[in-house]
Amino acid sequence: MQVPQPFSPDDLARRRRRSIVMAVVLVVLMVLFFITTLVRLGGNVAERAL
Amino acid sequence: MAQRPAELATETLSTTLGGQGDVADFVALLKPRVMSLVVFSAVVGLVAAPGSIHPWLGFVAILCIALGAGASGALNMWYDADIDALMKRTATRPVPRGAVSPQEALGFGLTLAIASVLMLGLFVNVLAATLLAFTIFFYVVIYTMWLKRWTPQNIVIGGAAGAFPPMVAWAAASNSIDLGSIALFLLIFFWTPPHFWALALFREGDYEKAGVPMLPNVAGRAETKKQILLYSIALLPVAALPLLTGTAGTLYAAAGSILTLNFIRLAWMVFRTPNREDEDRASKKLFGYSIIWLFAMLLLVLIEHVLALPLWTAVF
Repeated sequence: MQVPQPFSPDDLARRRRRSIVMAVVLVVLMVLFFITTLVRLGGNVAERAL
Repeated sequence: MAQRPAELATETLSTTLGGQGDVADFVALLKPRVMSLVVFSAVVGLVAAPGSIHPWLGFVAILCIALGAGASGALNMWYDADIDALMKRTATRPVPRGAVSPQEALGFGLTLAIASVLMLGLFVNVLAATLLAFTIFFYVVIYTMWLKRWTPQNIVIGGAAGAFPPMVAWAAASNSIDLGSIALFLLIFFWTPPHFWALALFREGDYEKAGVPMLPNVAGRAETKKQILLYSIALLPVAALPLLTGTAGTLYAAAGSILTLNFIRLAWMVFRTPNREDEDRASKKLFGYSIIWLFAMLLLVLIEHVLALPLWTAVF
């Protein structure tokens, strides 16, 4: 059986661009969550009962 | 006839791996131009609200509102792909063009909707998140799925979805729903019908072809022009509400009066124009001006708050 080739080089290039953007979005979200957590906790981390 | 193994494998691969949309196609699903107005009105709501919010959390709130607006756009394009394909203005959208599959648009929209509401609830407050969830629900289910194809009053009621963003941002900043935020809501709510009916006047054929019951192709052009004029006149008292609730001041009162009177003047021009060609020109002019009007009115509120200009004392 011949292996099907459903995607052209253009299709693959578009998929690659989408993957890169998704990776960038995930990194941005990680930074966003980190900073937001710091802002919301504020000084309470240092002042918590140990 | 049974499919050959190679055909079956190709079909399975395509189904599994989705469509072949580019990044720009997914950006288009978010309706960036609508999103920009949503973001701007939300910034005004955030700044005009009483109390204060940490600038970073304010930024997160606006981001969530923008994502929620984008989610609404993607879900709207998923559901409306059939009628979008029939209208000149919307035929090149990613789903009818085949660049993004309907399943991808649905998945993209739902993911953004859930993420934006969860983020707003966890990072800012539950009231704002609830309002954002309701806004997305209202736009997608009440407007897109129900009203749009059913009644010529679709954009009158559906206009509420576009009017909620400053209220969501206000709730994000103050954790409350006040008369001031309701005044901003009403400003956009009453602006929507003349804005969209002006568009519908010069795009009447498009809506008729798609079977969307817009006012011009259901009640006629004369009735639409009358309704545009009536809603434009109603903008005058509605535009005074931010003053009466202590959300705006003298600058808004002075410039806003001139801007609104000019709105009514252009609506009057549309109303009294007898022939079709001049009518199209007048309605295009009103449509363009309506965008400037809303932007300018919100900008005036923003300027007064940013420059800490004195606001009128609340009557209500």
